[in-house]
Amino acid sequence: MAGKTLYDKLWDAHLVRQNEDGSSLIYIDRQILHEVTSPQAFEGLRLAGRKPWRIDANLATPDHNVPTTERAGGVDQIVDPVSRIQVKTLDENCDEYGIVEFKMLDERQGIVHVVGPEQGMTLPGSTVVCGDSHTSTHGAFGALAHGIGTSEVEHVLATQCLIAKKMKNMLVRVDGELGIGVTAKDVVLHIIGVIGTAGGTGCALEFGGTAIQSLSIEGRMTICNMAIEAGARVGLVAVDDKTIEYFEGRPFSPTGEAWNAAVENWKDLVSDADAQFDTVVEIRAEDIKPQVTWGTSPEMVVAVDGQVPNPANAADSDEANAITRALQYMGLSADQAITDIKLDRVFIGSCTNSRIEDLRAAAEVVKGRKVASTIKQALVVPGSGLVKAQAEAEGLDKIFVEAGLEWREPGCSMCLAMNPDKLGNGEHCASTSNRNFEGRQGFGGRTHLVSPAMAAAAAVTGHFVDVRTLETN
Amino acid sequence: MKKFETHTGVVAPLDRKNVDTDLIIPKQFLKSIKRSGFGKNLFDEIRYLDEGQPDQDCSGRPLNPDFVLNKPEFTGSSILLARTNFGCGSSREHAPWALDDYGFRAVIAPSYADIFFNNCFKNGLLPIILTEAEVDELFNAVAGEPGMSLTVDLVNQKVVSPSGQEYGFEVDAFRKHCLLNGLDDIGLTLEHADDIRAYEAKRRESAPWLFDAIK
Repeated sequence: MAGKTLYDKLWDAHLVRQNEDGSSLIYIDRQILHEVTSPQAFEGLRLAGRKPWRIDANLATPDHNVPTTERAGGVDQIVDPVSRIQVKTLDENCDEYGIVEFKMLDERQGIVHVVGPEQGMTLPGSTVVCGDSHTSTHGAFGALAHGIGTSEVEHVLATQCLIAKKMKNMLVRVDGELGIGVTAKDVVLHIIGVIGTAGGTGCALEFGGTAIQSLSIEGRMTICNMAIEAGARVGLVAVDDKTIEYFEGRPFSPTGEAWNAAVENWKDLVSDADAQFDTVVEIRAEDIKPQVTWGTSPEMVVAVDGQVPNPANAADSDEANAITRALQYMGLSADQAITDIKLDRVFIGSCTNSRIEDLRAAAEVVKGRKVASTIKQALVVPGSGLVKAQAEAEGLDKIFVEAGLEWREPGCSMCLAMNPDKLGNGEHCASTSNRNFEGRQGFGGRTHLVSPAMAAAAAVTGHFVDVRTLETN
Repeated sequence: MKKFETHTGVVAPLDRKNVDTDLIIPKQFLKSIKRSGFGKNLFDEIRYLDEGQPDQDCSGRPLNPDFVLNKPEFTGSSILLARTNFGCGSSREHAPWALDDYGFRAVIAPSYADIFFNNCFKNGLLPIILTEAEVDELFNAVAGEPGMSLTVDLVNQKVVSPSGQEYGFEVDAFRKHCLLNGLDDIGLTLEHADDIRAYEAKRRESAPWLFDAIK
């Protein structure tokens, strides 16, 4: 019999029951809650008179709506009344049900996908869900993690389970050595460019190969974060020594004898050598250059030394139409060099790229330089209060501020612009976030997805530039 | 949940692939803490010419005349015809809530993003998968007869055109059962509460650290 994939192992370990009609019940170890997708779930519980199954399996923090400017006045000072009600509703629901919440002024508050791992709330071998599609991030530690809708948030609150159907197994193997200046973000954008935005639909997508193994844990989180942009709800990376080291001493990590037992268990969280995948895609690390998206879907991506595509060269009329529509929305011309795209704003942050290594990479580029005069605003938004504190301890905040970037409070910010951080109509933004959909960062806004180093390089030059060609300071 | 057995309604063609949930319902409307009222902002950014705000009266807003739902022959549509990878992106259930609140009962497309697909079934909205060729055929039919209706028959798993042309589709037995009977998933799962407790007892032995309280 063939061996098991990592996904097979995680699925088997969480299978509560297999129903006769082909559906399954799987057990959820941990749920993370935020203010946008939980209020209707709590309301549903109340209306049905149901109680949460396991209150202490949940952790909450507000992130999507919170302002990133000075906020000592707390929730009451949130200017937008609708945002304020939503954050308050999360506070009230968590208080009522006794769910631990890192409220807006708690130093541990931040983006759900930064906070969960940082606290050791996400653990290898666990199942983790959240009403947010970027929950795939947590697969970086060999956890089975995916986004769910609000009805499912309510379902998990009420039953600690989900009704699920087993996904297919897909492996993207990246072998070889990544070039200098090529980051995890470039790897995942390149992968999406190759397999497409629906390439992983219906699959649990494991990332393997020597280039993935060589990445830091935070780099692996960036990769798994964007599995959903390739259509896969679940991203996965096998557990290794780096994973285990990452969790040692985190607030909710096991300790003592339990730690030793957990580590023994976690060592098996790899796909067996003879495991069968339904699909395997192989990519050479050496082929990956710094990436920039030019269009309105993450698959519309090219290397920084490339050009905006020409619909005349499209494979079929569908593709030509999609390119034409995207060029029109983005205000770009066919065959235009990527390095000729001028930027109005720069956003460094989001659950994709707001951790300490991301901030270090951006700081290294802007150190001793100044934000170009044509850039209206360059934001740096750390992923959590603890990331912010760490960055400040390292003096990164000063480097950013001296270069002319704004140093903000933690939250989702301009990734989806539910708070006041947004693009103006027609503005181009170099963004370290995950989606370049129409209007995502503001009505009429034009998003280009890049790595933190590339965003920083764009900030100091005013246009896209291959970060590898900037002289080191 | 609303039951779904058969439904006949006007088909609105939305001829673009990779329609994401940001397009279906933009983020400013996600601030609501209710499940209803999203219909007037369905496809807001391509439906209106100005930028929409939450709690705004939409009746006086400038409409995009090129957008399908603004054309008189498609008013009152209840079946949406779309292209591949419909509903990609964010997990927001506000997307099916908005489609439902507008009056859609079914979507027909060659493929869907997984989370959106799942969310539809929780809200009595039926996402039907037909082949690309069949979807093409329907787009052509609607182009030839704007305002045409289709009948969706979930019991017999088929879509029927006015000319009697039938298109069969697959649907999970469990999901079909829930839709036909308007069943609530949570109630069904709680019938297996003993299985859940038994799983927990066993798992506590092999991986006790997963039961440490978050406190």
